[in-house]
Amino acid sequence: MFELLGIPPQALFGQVLLGLINGSFYAILSLGLAVIFGLLNIINFTHGAQYMMGAFVAWMCLNYLGINYWVALVLAPIIVGATGIAIERLLLKRIAHLDHLYGLLLTFGLALIIQGLFRNQYGSSGLPYAIPPQLAGGQNLGFMFLPNYRAWVIVASLVVCLGTWFLIEKTKLGAYLRAATENPTLTQAFGINVPLLVTLTYGFGVALAAFAGVLAAPIYSVNPNMGGDLIIVVFAVVVIGGMGSIMGAIVTGFSLGLIEGLTKVFYPEAAATVIFIIMVLVLLVKPAGLFGRPA
Amino acid sequence: MTNLASTTDTPAAAVLTETDDGAARLHRNLFIAIAAVLVVAPFVAYPVFVMKVLCFALFALAFNLLLGYGGLLSFGHAAYFGMASYVSAYTAKNWGLTPELAILLGTAVAAVLGTVFGALAIRRQGIYFAMITLALAQMVFFFSLQTPRFTGGEDGIQAVPRGKLFGLVSLADDRVLYWLVAAIFMGGLLLIYRIIHSPFGQVCKAIRDNEPRAISLGYRANQYKLMVFVLSATLAGLAGATKAIVFQLASLTDVYWTMSGEVVLMTLVGGLGTVFGPIVGAIVIVAMQNYLATLGAWVTVVQGVVFVVCVLLFREGIVGVIAKAIKKPL
Repeated sequence: MFELLGIPPQALFGQVLLGLINGSFYAILSLGLAVIFGLLNIINFTHGAQYMMGAFVAWMCLNYLGINYWVALVLAPIIVGATGIAIERLLLKRIAHLDHLYGLLLTFGLALIIQGLFRNQYGSSGLPYAIPPQLAGGQNLGFMFLPNYRAWVIVASLVVCLGTWFLIEKTKLGAYLRAATENPTLTQAFGINVPLLVTLTYGFGVALAAFAGVLAAPIYSVNPNMGGDLIIVVFAVVVIGGMGSIMGAIVTGFSLGLIEGLTKVFYPEAAATVIFIIMVLVLLVKPAGLFGRPA
Repeated sequence: MTNLASTTDTPAAAVLTETDDGAARLHRNLFIAIAAVLVVAPFVAYPVFVMKVLCFALFALAFNLLLGYGGLLSFGHAAYFGMASYVSAYTAKNWGLTPELAILLGTAVAAVLGTVFGALAIRRQGIYFAMITLALAQMVFFFSLQTPRFTGGEDGIQAVPRGKLFGLVSLADDRVLYWLVAAIFMGGLLLIYRIIHSPFGQVCKAIRDNEPRAISLGYRANQYKLMVFVLSATLAGLAGATKAIVFQLASLTDVYWTMSGEVVLMTLVGGLGTVFGPIVGAIVIVAMQNYLATLGAWVTVVQGVVFVVCVLLFREGIVGVIAKAIKKPL
C-alpha cells in the first residue's frame, strides 16, 4: 500500500470525507444564518438548537410513530420550521425595532430553553439512529471505502445548498427577498408583503437547520448538546466568509470542513481550533470576511 | 456603531450622563451603604455564598463596563474570567505563590489575553463583534480542554491552597478570606465608578452613542474601544482569579460559553448601563442558581426564560427601573 506524506491513504481519505460531511453541515447552517441575517438583521443563536431539534424530530418520528428516514427528512424541517415561524411571530417580531444585539440575546435564551428541555427529557448521553436500509453498506473505490450514507449526505447537502442559491439568486421570490433585504420600506411600498416574507424567511432558515439535523442523526448520535458547540464553529465560519454572499457561505462552509478534516490527519491537536485560528488570520488580513463587503 | 444601552425604550444612559450634585450625593451614600452591608454580611449570611456573589458581581461589573459604557457586546468574557482562574489556581498550587501574587498574575494574563482578543474583535462591529468574541473564547475553551497538564482537563485544578496573604496571614478561615474578597470587590467597584465618570469614560460613552461623530471630533475611537475592552477583560480576570482562591478550584465551567452567557444575564437582569445594576443582577442569579441547584437541567431552562422575559419586557433591568422611578442615574 502506498503512502502520502507518511499517512496511509485510508486514514487520509477517511478524514477528508468526514471533513466534507462536517463542511456540508457548516455550509447549510451558515447559509441559514446568512439568509435570516439578511432580512431580519439578527444572528439566530437558536440555530444550533434547531439543528438538534431536527435530529430529535426524526428520532421521535421513527420511535414513536414508525415514520421512516425519508419521510422524516421532509417532515422534520416542516415541523421545526413551523416552530420557527411561531417564534418569529410571537417573539422576534416584538423586538424587530430594537438593536440587533437584542435578537442575539433573545435567541440565546431560546437556545438555553430548548436545550434544557431536551436534556431533561432525554438525558445527555445521546440516542442512536440507524442508517436507512437503502443506504447501508458502501462502495470500495480502491483507494478507500466509501459508506453510501456519507456519500448521500454530501450529495444531499450540495443539492440543498445549490437549490437555495438558485431560489434566492434566480427566481422571482428570491428577487423579492433580495429587494426586501436591501430596502424593506421601499419593497413594501411596491405592494410586497414584507412581514410575511420575513416570517417565511425565518421559517426557511430554521428548516434548513433542521434538515442538516436529520442528515446528521445517523452519523452522530442524537444528542441535546449536538448543536451547542457546533453553532459557535458556524459563527466563526460566518465571520470568515462574511454574510453578504450565498455562494460565499456555501464555499466557505465546505472548504473549512475540508481544512478541519485535513488538520485531523496532519496535526490532530489543532483540529478543534483550526477554524478559529483561520478566523483570526482572516480578521487580520481581510476584516470584512472573504466574501464580505467592507462596512 | 450599534449599541444596546442607548436603544432601550427608556434612555437610562441619557439619564446617566447628567451627573448633578444630587446624583453624586446619592452615589456616595450608596457606596457607604454597600460598605456597611459588606461589613455585616459575613455575620448574617454564609460567608462562602457572599464571596461567590462578590466574585460574580465584580465579573458582571467588568462586563457592564464594556457593554453598558463601551456599547460592545462581548459574548466571550468567560475566556478572561476562566483563564485568570486557571493561572491563579495553577501558580498558587504548583509554584506556591502567595494568594495576592497568584491573583495578580491571573489578572495580568487576562489583561494580555484581553489586549490580543480585543485588538482582533474591534476590527468588526455589532453582531460580528459578538460572534468573534464568542469564537475566540471557544478557542480558549478548547485550549484548556486539550492541555490537561496545565488545566487538569475535565477534573480542573482542585484543592488549590488558599495560602497566607503576603506570606503572613492564613486565609484558610472563610471569615478571614472574606475581608480580602470584600476589599477586592470594593476596590474594583470604585475603580469602575471612577473610569465611568472620568473624561475617558465620557469619550467611551460618546463613541457608544455615535461613533462617526466622535471620530469626526478627533477621537481615535478604536484606541478607546480597545482600552475599555482591556480594562473590562482585566477586571473580569481579577474576578476569576479571586474566585479560584475562594473555591480552591478552577475548572472548564469557568471558560465555557455558558459562563459568558451567565454574565450577560446578570447584567441584563440588574440593569444594563447602570453602575449598580450588575451587583443586583449577580445577587439575583447566584441566589437563583443556589435555590434551583437540585433541579438539574431545569436551571438552564429557567435561565433561558429569564433571558427571554428580560429582553421582551424588562430591558431596563431592576436598577434601571428604580433609576427611572427616582429620576436619578444609578
